[in-house]
Order: sequence, then C-alpha cells, then structure tokens
Amino acid sequence: MKKFLAILLALTIALAIAGCGKKADDASAKDPKSAGVMTHAEYIAAELDTKVVIETYVQAKQSWWDDKATVYTQDRDGAYFLYNMACSEADYAKLEKGTKIKVTGFKAEWSGEVEIIDATFEILSGSFIATARDVTSMLGTDTLISHQNEFVVFKGLTVESSGKNDNGDDVAFLYNWDGSGEDGSDLYFNVSVGGKTYTFTVESYLCDNTTAVYAAVKGLKIGDKIDAEGFMYWYEGPNPHITSVTAAK
Amino acid sequence: MKARCLLLIAALFACLVVFCGCHGSRGLNEFVIPDSFDVTRKHEITFWAKNDTNKTQTEIYRKAIADFETLYPNISVAMRLYTDYGRIYNDVITNISTNTTPNVCITYPDHIATYLTGKNTVVPLDGLLSDAAYGLGGSEVRFTSPGQSEVIGQFLNECYYDGHYYAMPFMRSTEACYINKTFVEALGYTLPDSLTWDFIWEVSEAAMAKADDGTYLLNGQNVMIPFIYKSTDNMMIQQLKQKGAGYSTDSGEVRLFNETTAELLYTIAEHAKSGAFSTFKISSYPGNFLNAGQCVFAIDSTAGASWMGTDAPLTDISGDKLVRFETAVMPIPQFDPENPQMLSQGPSVCVFNKDDPQEVMASWLFAQFLLTDGVQTAYAQTEGYIPVTLTAQNSNQYLDYLSRSGEDNSLYYYVKIEASELLLDNIGNTFITPVWNGSASLRDAAGQLIEEAVKSVRRKETIDSSYVEKLFGDVSKLYRLDQKGGQSLSTNGGGAELGALPRTAMILLMSLAAAWVCIIIYACARAIKKFLVLSQNS
Repeated sequence: MKKFLAILLALTIALAIAGCGKKADDASAKDPKSAGVMTHAEYIAAELDTKVVIETYVQAKQSWWDDKATVYTQDRDGAYFLYNMACSEADYAKLEKGTKIKVTGFKAEWSGEVEIIDATFEILSGSFIATARDVTSMLGTDTLISHQNEFVVFKGLTVESSGKNDNGDDVAFLYNWDGSGEDGSDLYFNVSVGGKTYTFTVESYLCDNTTAVYAAVKGLKIGDKIDAEGFMYWYEGPNPHITSVTAAK
Repeated sequence: MKARCLLLIAALFACLVVFCGCHGSRGLNEFVIPDSFDVTRKHEITFWAKNDTNKTQTEIYRKAIADFETLYPNISVAMRLYTDYGRIYNDVITNISTNTTPNVCITYPDHIATYLTGKNTVVPLDGLLSDAAYGLGGSEVRFTSPGQSEVIGQFLNECYYDGHYYAMPFMRSTEACYINKTFVEALGYTLPDSLTWDFIWEVSEAAMAKADDGTYLLNGQNVMIPFIYKSTDNMMIQQLKQKGAGYSTDSGEVRLFNETTAELLYTIAEHAKSGAFSTFKISSYPGNFLNAGQCVFAIDSTAGASWMGTDAPLTDISGDKLVRFETAVMPIPQFDPENPQMLSQGPSVCVFNKDDPQEVMASWLFAQFLLTDGVQTAYAQTEGYIPVTLTAQNSNQYLDYLSRSGEDNSLYYYVKIEASELLLDNIGNTFITPVWNGSASLRDAAGQLIEEAVKSVRRKETIDSSYVEKLFGDVSKLYRLDQKGGQSLSTNGGGAELGALPRTAMILLMSLAAAWVCIIIYACARAIKKFLVLSQNS
C-alpha cells in the first residue's frame, strides 16, 4: 500500500511539474498583455525615440544610484534592457528576480544596444524567470542580435589568451579591456568556438568582485573548456555580460 | 547632600564630554605644518587615481609610486583606480562622514568646493606650497620638485577657492574638434583657419543628403551623425562664454537660465531635428562614429585624442568598420574667431586632512612628487594632455616628444600630439567656471538642458519658448538650483542632490536627539539614585 501511495504521489508531482512546464511554454497565450501594453514584437517594431509601454519580468539588477536603476528584464518572447529607470532605493529592493513590472519609457539605441530610457515602472503581480537560451551556434552570425539582452548560454567554449602580463606571459583574463584596471574592475576574457575568438565581459556593476562568476573568471586557465551564462548585451557588436562560468558539460 | 551635588556635577560633566565628542567627530582639527617630517615613522597612505582606461597611465602611476617609495621607504602608497571623476566624487563624499577619505586624490576643483562642506576635510596648500623645507622645491624634499613659480600660474589659480589653494594641477587638457577632413572636402568645403559654429552647422546639414536608396551620399552607409559632442555641459558653458552670456557669478548666483541659453537651445534642437547633431549620452562615443566614417565633426577632450582617427592606437570598433580618412584637429568652434575661448580642464590633486600631521606631510610629499618632470612628461604623453609645470614643458624629453609627431601611430600618434599643441598654443584663451558649493550641479544642469532638448526634438516635441520655459524650471528644480546657491552634493551623473534636510527628517533627527538626552538623563538619575541608596545602606 505504501509503495502504491509513494508511486501515486510521485506520478502526481511529475504530472504537476509537467503541467507547469507546459503552462510556461505557451504562457504568452495565457499571460496576455494588459490593454495599451505592447507585445515584444510590437516593441521590436517600434521606432527609436518613440514611447513604449511594456510588461516584463526582472531577470537581473545591474545597478542603482541616485534613484536610477539599470535592469535586465525579459518576458516569454524576448528581452528589454532598462537603463537608468526612475526607481527609489526602496523600490529597487523589491525588484527581485522574476518580479513582473509594467514599464513606460522611450526606446533608444546606444552604440548598438537597444534599450528603454527615461522610464518609470510599477510592480505587478506575476512571476517569470527565463531559462538560458543556447545561442552558441549564433556566435558570429547576424541572427544573434535578435536575442539582444536575453539570458543566454554559450557552451563548449575554449578559454584563449586575453593578452600578456608584465612578464610577457599570456593571461586568461584582463582587468578592463586593456589590463588597466585592478581587482573590482570589469573582467575581459577571450573564448573560442568553431575556430573563432570572442571577447566576453564580467561587468563589475552587474557582478562585482564578491560574486562567484568574478572568482571563476579570475581562476580560468588558457585552454579550459567552459560553459558561460549571461545577458546578451551589445556594445559596437556582441558584448555578453557573463553571470556564470562552469566547466563545460 | 555634598555627595549628591558632586555626583550631579560629575554626571553633567560626563554628558558634556559625550556631546563634545559628538561634535568633534564632525570635523578634524586644522592642519598645522609640523617643524619637520619624521622619516623614521611608517605611513601607509591611499591614493585615489583616475585614468582614462589607459594601461600606460596605470603603469605610470605605479612607477611613480615605486619611485617615491624608494625615496621615502617609510611611506607606502596604496592606489585605487577609477576611470570616472564622478565615481571618485561620490566615493569621497561617502567617506567624508566616516573620516575615511583617501590621503591623496585626483579631483576637479568643482568637487573640492563640496568636499569643503566637511570641517577641515581638505588641506589648504598655501603654507605647504611655499614651505622652505617641504614645499615645492623645498630644501628637505628628497627629489627635484618644481618651484611654485614653475607651476603654470593659470593652472594653479584654477585650484584657488575661497582664499586658499586646495589642490594642485596635475594635467591639463581642453576640448578639440576632431574632423574627417576627407568628408569636409568631399562636400566641397575647405576647413577655415578657425572653426565657427556656423561653418559646422552648415557642413553638418550638407552631410545629411541621402541617395534614393536611403543611404547617405557622403558615406554610402545607413548611419550618419555629422556632428557629435561628447560633453554637453562643456558645450553649453563654452557657447555661453563665447557669447558673453551669463552662467554663474563667482559668489554662486545662477545665471544659466537666460535668453541666450534659450537661443542656443533652439539652434541645437533645429540641427538635432534634422539628425545632423547628437550627443555622447544619446548616441555613443564621438570617436566610434568618426572612425566608422559616420561622423564629420567629433568634439571630445584632447585627453581622448588617442581614440580619434583611422590610425588611432585605441579603438572600440572592429577593424572591418574602420574607414580611412584624413583627420584634422582644431580648436572648438567659436562665435567670435578673433577672440577664441575654450575651457581649461583636466585632473588636479588634493590632499585630505588627517588627525596625524605627519601623515598629512607624507601625503603632501607624494602629491608633490606627481609634479616632478618624470611623472609629468610621461603622463602627458599618454594622451593629449600637457604638463602643468614649465620645467616639464621645457624639458628635452617633452620637446623631443612633440617634435616627433607622426613618427608612429602609438607614442607619436600625430592626432594626439596635435591635440596637445592645440592647448599649448591656446593656454591664454582658456577659461574656467566659478567654483562654489553647488557649481558641480550647475555644470550638470548646463549639459542636461542640451540633452533634454535633443531628446525631446527626436521625440517629435516642439521646442519653443513654452518648452524652454518649462525645461528651465524642471532642470532648475532637478538640480536644486532654485534654492539659494544650489548648495548640494552633486552626482556627476546628474539628478537631484542632497540639499537641506526635509522638515520631516529634521523632526525625526531632533526627536532622536531628544530621546537620547532623555535616556541619558534617566540613566544618570538611576545611577545616582542607586549610588545614594548604596551609600546610605553602607
């Protein structure tokens, strides 16, 4: 009897989880936008410098200063980068991962990075945490930009030399792009896949020197095989802001 | 009875000590130059330095520290690197309240005015500069430092505020217009001897012509922003100065919101509307667009010269986006070319006060070391800076450097050296804005006016007198310039500042203080009572 009950319970849980998964997959249909709110497709189609109203979910907080917050957000269809959004320190604390917010601002582009500026927001009920999309095969292709600002993963990367230290030895990462920084600065490191090399960044506002990813990158060795998760930031081209580095699976 | 009186007096004395202690923690004692510097005592000092994300600059700082520590083995210098003046400013302000400021810090004079709201926070350098033993060129200094007369007076005077020198200049720069000369000539124009605003606007509008396929005729690309300004605060300040219009008085009266400012905004908005003008904050670094053949006139600091031009040693764009063109470097455009006016800017260095005068002396010696010829010439060569001392400017090393312009595209990169020469030729045409507590906010506000006008016109808003009137009000309020003097703690990134405490906060703080007084009185009374009971029992 006990075995039967245990199996029944396990099946119930499994079905429930599957049900949840299904719900998330086609949630865009079951989680419609409120009146006057753009879909992600409409947001993408909107011209620069026009007013946009979106509903989205916080995925990571990059920084807060002087009542302005910079936040990575995403709904089930795509991502939105909120730059210097009006936000009190108390409200910033409420922006936990998954929090649903309604944002009103203006669409802008800075060095190729499409973002929402001069924005205000309100917190809504609801939650969504994006799973990382594997975009490894898109590196070096024109399709990558369609996933700008999304939470993504790159798999099977090989750590390459990022430059040389004062002794002339190759190093696996640099503080700042040219090595001019110090502990606490942004980290830059090169990785290769498919015979091409790309530069990734640990942005120190997003992940400072107390985070696991900062320590992980500082511990990289040239030749290491890694998977890297992060946000598909853009600066004069792809400039992923990495939030997690693990040994390649 | 006598014992009670004594106890009451003791309690009151204790309270006085407590409150005096509180008062003392709000500021330091005035720094007094000691008779001598004790080289047997160890000092660990901190130096908050700013670099332009330039490894060579970092290395020069490190070498300077190593050389200094060799001369003074009892002093060790810990450096903290910044790439942004605003962040240094914010961190210093945060650390003033806890007396954890750095010892030596790269700074802007505007910022020092705010630091000085703390009691004796920054060391006045008047006495130190002229001290016969430890001052500039002093007899007891272990290195060859320049005499005070050898620091360029105009630059030193930029660090004079409220009757004292509170800093020394470290490097000086100005702004330059980096020009795609190839494009200008392709449009049928010839660069004049002196740039004017009219010329730049005219050429910029000409560059907006498009082909039938929507690409720009000038570059064949989909992107063209002919004129991009990096620092719009500088743009507004310099335009107003050139027009002889108000900005602020020496005593801190705000004059920014005037008719000339409005006229300037109308013109700027007109060219932003056509797409001929944009700013760094709205689009990106001028150098990126210039180097990609998407910009004709890029105005940025001479300290950014290494990023400008096809062969620039530093670049943020990929090689496949670089376009070949001839780069011209000229002073910023003028309204009256016969009387050119441009800002003097660049890092200065200040010394923060500490409880131990010997520690301050150690800091001062290090700050002074930054003015030695070796440091000055090396650092000036990293960008379009110029040394701030005559000894360094006239040194063989520096003159040789200038004479070798164009020998390579790294140390002798011609754009960088021409930018330095531009300032050397125009030192007499430079100016600075008045420094007062709140002047940093006014500077932010000046730039914000342009940023807002450009953004608004891009968003199809009409820029007319009612718009400008509202903008003036909004910006004035945002930066608290509508309050007397605009005294505040500005953040370089803009935004409202910490002015007078709100009434509710004052009430809360006073309530807390009153509560503590009651608690202390109650505790004292209980202690006295207990003591008296015990005394009577015994």
